[in-house]
Amino acid sequence: MRIKEHPILNFNRGKEIHFRFSGKTMIGYEGETVAAALHANGVKVLGESIEKHRPRGFYCAIGNCSSCLMEVDGVPNVKTCVTKLKEGMSVEIQKGKGELK
Amino acid sequence: MIQTQLAIIGGGPAGLCAAISAAESGSKVLLIERNDTLGGQLVKQTHMFFGSEKQYASTRGIDIAKILLDKLEEHKDNITIMKDTTVLGIYEDGVITAMRDEDKYMKIKPEALIVATGASEKFLAFPNNDLPGIYGAGAVQTLMNVHGVKPGNKVLMVGAGNIGLIVSYQLMQAGVKVEAIIDAAPKIGGYLVHASKIRRMGVPIYTSYTVKEAIGSDALEKAIIWKLDEAWKPIAGSEISFDVDVMCVSVGLTPLNELLVMSGCEMQYIPELSGIVPMRNENYQTTVPHIFTAGDSCGVEEASSAMVEGYLAGLCASDHIGNRHPMYEEKKADFINQLEGLRSGPEAAHIRSGVEKSLRR
Amino acid sequence: MIEKTGIPSREQVMDVFPDVERINKGPVAVIECYKEIPCNPCTTSCKFNAIYIGDDINKRPDLSEEKCIGCGVCLSKCPGLAIMVVDGSKSSETVDITIPYEFLPLPKPGEIVDGLDRSGAFIAKVKIIKVLNPKSYDRTPLVTASVDRKYLYDFRNIRLEETL
Repeated sequence: MRIKEHPILNFNRGKEIHFRFSGKTMIGYEGETVAAALHANGVKVLGESIEKHRPRGFYCAIGNCSSCLMEVDGVPNVKTCVTKLKEGMSVEIQKGKGELK
Repeated sequence: MIQTQLAIIGGGPAGLCAAISAAESGSKVLLIERNDTLGGQLVKQTHMFFGSEKQYASTRGIDIAKILLDKLEEHKDNITIMKDTTVLGIYEDGVITAMRDEDKYMKIKPEALIVATGASEKFLAFPNNDLPGIYGAGAVQTLMNVHGVKPGNKVLMVGAGNIGLIVSYQLMQAGVKVEAIIDAAPKIGGYLVHASKIRRMGVPIYTSYTVKEAIGSDALEKAIIWKLDEAWKPIAGSEISFDVDVMCVSVGLTPLNELLVMSGCEMQYIPELSGIVPMRNENYQTTVPHIFTAGDSCGVEEASSAMVEGYLAGLCASDHIGNRHPMYEEKKADFINQLEGLRSGPEAAHIRSGVEKSLRR
Repeated sequence: MIEKTGIPSREQVMDVFPDVERINKGPVAVIECYKEIPCNPCTTSCKFNAIYIGDDINKRPDLSEEKCIGCGVCLSKCPGLAIMVVDGSKSSETVDITIPYEFLPLPKPGEIVDGLDRSGAFIAKVKIIKVLNPKSYDRTPLVTASVDRKYLYDFRNIRLEETL
């Protein structure tokens, strides 16, 4: 799902970053957001709605809409569309509203 | 408390130009941006811009961002850039509060303020519109043009305004198939040159069609559209089904006006400017004298006009705090003239009417 | 109609085309800018003052067929990719048509590709004559194809088998 060749843009991807999503190790690149890295790994469902548990993906990609909230390194309600990927990050689908520990 | 002469909220095209123009007028500027990059939506615009040379016509948006950042750099003695910083509130005593890096809180007291917070994407109501795979057009641009990730394999574009048409073209450049572009309006809303360059790639444009429903279990698998009659009522039996894994919603933007609303400046709903916008004078000064505004946050328009509005607001806000540019009158007349030029054609009739309604003389 | 489909009518196309006599003399631009929009890089980029818009940047460009030499600079500068160059001076059977083409892969000279009309429909195989992509074109390459004269008013795009 990554663009290899583009007529206008050059993608100078940063170094590889390993992160975990739902127990699986995935590869992203430095500078990428969590949501973009997940999408590149074929993950479209980023969460579920609180009451009806309907699947949620991202929508705005600029931190406005809250559709991409996930639990990242144990912290709930992280806007994954504007949060940069870090080595060893653990990303989980959040159940419910999330609790501050 | 941080003291500054001029705080600018938003580092998109309007905010960047406001900062450059204010620094040229001799103001000490604090430019506040919530993301970790400046340039706003310019950083994903791979197409060449319209307008005239003064608005960098024929230059790609991504390169306009670079030009503006270089200009910003020339004025680095007068401009402090604060990234990863979200403004939380504007108070009656002129203090603004902000949060940096999600956990550091601060107070800022500027002598004048320019709100250039941009706009956010509108959404469309239809069954299953919450399925993953249904994205805003800007989100798709970010994904493919900033991160180099394809949003999917087959796309239905909803909205034939300039953004819908441009993003469709960019999707094809990224190697993604665009099955069709639909729009509820009976005519294409965007520039016809954009429509023609997509149509000649073989992408059909369905006007007077809207989304009936989206289908899919965990993510979008199918989109069904249907035709609207002259009263914009759906016609049963006119359904067309597309096997798509992405639906791109591009049904317009609405001004991000929360900070302006809480600052107490007079706001008005002006549909031609796509939402609730601040009343202002020709200097882009709101009814709260030390607060100015520019760009989509005071009315959704093209990036070209956002840049000119930014230059004008930076010039006038500086004058308001006593930093009058030596060529203030000439510059102001030029910016106003540029805006009039951009807004004088038949495609901008609604903008002219909206701007007229928003003016407090 | 173009406002609904994005496809200009035959009348609209004919209206912006220079006449065949002029085309047969040598390369000349065809500007398909059918509606007033605030835009003027075609006129500012033309070294021969062959394109006139005037003070109101919303006016449609007016081409001087005498001054235009068909250099193609405006093709890569037009943000709407609305301009092409036609040249009927090379052969009585074919006409060379140059279009901006911002997709990968680019065709190669000598390659036979699909010629498409303004709706993206296939009209005929065409032969690529020239592909120019210098830095000054800023990533808007110009592709010239040799097209059967009967498709002069139809040809507007190409399709490569392996287009991404």
